[in-house]
Amino acid sequence: MALAFSRPRRRTRAQALPRRWSGSSRRAMIASLILIPICLLWIYPFLWMISASLKPNAEFFQGTGLIPASPQWSNYVRAWQNARIGDYFFNSVIVTVSSVAIATITGAMIGYVLGRFSFPGKKLIMGLFVATVFIPQGYTIIPVFEIVNRLGLADTLWGVILAEAGGVNVLSILLFAGYFAQLPRELEEAAQMDGAGFLRVFWSIMLPLSKPVIASTIILRFITIWNSFLLPLVLTLSRPALRTLAVGIYAFRGEYYVDWSGMAAAATISLLPVIIMFILLQRYFVEGISGAVKQ
Amino acid sequence: METELRVARRISATKERKKSSWVRQLWDGRWCYLFAAPALILATMFTFYPIVSSWYFSLLQWSGFTADKTFVGLANYVELVQDKYFWDAFLRSFQFMIVGVPIQLTLALLVAIVLNDQALKLSPLFRTMFFLPVVTTAAIVGMLMTLILSPFNGPVNGVLRDLHLITQPIDFLGSPQTTLWTVIAVYIWKWLGQPMIYWLAALQTIPRELYEAAKVDGAGWWRQLWSITLPLIVPFAIVIILVTAVGALHVFPLIQTLTGGGPFFATEVMEVYIYRVAFGGETGMGTPRLGYASAAGVFFGVAVMVLALMQAWGARSLRDFRSDLQSL
Repeated sequence: MALAFSRPRRRTRAQALPRRWSGSSRRAMIASLILIPICLLWIYPFLWMISASLKPNAEFFQGTGLIPASPQWSNYVRAWQNARIGDYFFNSVIVTVSSVAIATITGAMIGYVLGRFSFPGKKLIMGLFVATVFIPQGYTIIPVFEIVNRLGLADTLWGVILAEAGGVNVLSILLFAGYFAQLPRELEEAAQMDGAGFLRVFWSIMLPLSKPVIASTIILRFITIWNSFLLPLVLTLSRPALRTLAVGIYAFRGEYYVDWSGMAAAATISLLPVIIMFILLQRYFVEGISGAVKQ
Repeated sequence: METELRVARRISATKERKKSSWVRQLWDGRWCYLFAAPALILATMFTFYPIVSSWYFSLLQWSGFTADKTFVGLANYVELVQDKYFWDAFLRSFQFMIVGVPIQLTLALLVAIVLNDQALKLSPLFRTMFFLPVVTTAAIVGMLMTLILSPFNGPVNGVLRDLHLITQPIDFLGSPQTTLWTVIAVYIWKWLGQPMIYWLAALQTIPRELYEAAKVDGAGWWRQLWSITLPLIVPFAIVIILVTAVGALHVFPLIQTLTGGGPFFATEVMEVYIYRVAFGGETGMGTPRLGYASAAGVFFGVAVMVLALMQAWGARSLRDFRSDLQSL
């Protein structure tokens, strides 16, 4: 009803007034004018970081302008060599990609069986995962450290990868379970008629259908693991070669604390690729995160 | 062919399964167990076991790095409730949350409402910019911010001086009076984008027709906000508040790199305190006390749990209240 009434009304107004003066677009214009400076201020720290990474140390804190007089690319050489940012970047990418992949696949698998089948022990498994949200956790980093050492994984990145992947993952498991539970039964029945087994049904029918949840899980896990600090910090205390970016730059600041330009260059090398990736894939980020809320 | 038949039977014939023996049920569910196993094994190693052993560790006198463990019962907890630094950190964590979360959520909602306007063509661009800090690494942002907020001609002090707002540079991260507020501000800036996206998702569930109808009835922008938007996003608000509040208690990377808990413990929130106690501090001057740190962790965990339960209870009673209203 509402639609039927409002449509003709809008048309008459559009005829009567030039479009740019209509109430909603004028409001949008004002909003834009207010938001542009706020947003520029919002990302100013990153713009400053890039600018500062190109200044010599002596001029580091001079002036608030963003364009450096003569770009000092040597800062980047120093960050790359002294701070070993290249190695750390590589470590961070390997850790993040592997643990996101492991967490997503294992989460989809367990979510599938929890959401679609009933089997003895199902409630117990579900209960265990939900309980981790509520029961108090002590300082769990040392037991994790202990397990990684005992498994003999301390000298490889696998320790960090598995520990990140095995961290509490309840949300994505519940998302998968909920999503798979509401898919129609006919899907499997039709596939079984064609002779597809359990694995085939999961891999070629169910998994492709769960793309929205997969996207949500990947994005949420990516943000968590890429931001992770304590776990890689503790696990790589005695093994500098395994440091991730965050830990590596933290250590670099400890050793070369007056080399601000080097710091800014190191920070730029580590932040810029993610920022660019985010800008390119931002639609997926936003849809992934909002998908998690809507379900 | 045999397996396919079994699959079909398992999926369709639940009645049949109920009759069969226990062993048979386990055998029928073998694919399920196989699929659940990887996640279960990982979670057991890196989630369940660490939680349980942290409870056990809290009863030990143990540095964490030697084999020298002594069982001391609840002695760690007794010492904890008398530890001034513990209570300071404990209250500071909640202070951080109580100040930070309402500001963060209100600002995020405000931005989300403005960005949700269909007429705002630049909305995706603004959204991207507000969200940008969320994808950057917290620890690196912390270190970057120490440079930006530096009292020695850092850009923020530089701008304030050029605008003649200050004559003396403000030591944002160096004076005990300002530091906690600075850290909260940096935290809000870093994480605002996340609740903003949650709010946007919530706002998009509201049918456009409602606004159209309200316009026909002559309701203005404020009236629409107050009578349509806000009531309809309340169910989402509870989840969003819970997620954001719990997030505000886990700020270790940001604070450790911004201030390391200083100056003079002014920003030592719970996680930073526990880290200092467990590892003996950055300088290695203190003695690592893992048992004691675990006790602090468990104690704090109980507090967080109570908070979460209160939220869940609040959410349920609100839902009951709403359904009561609807049934009237």
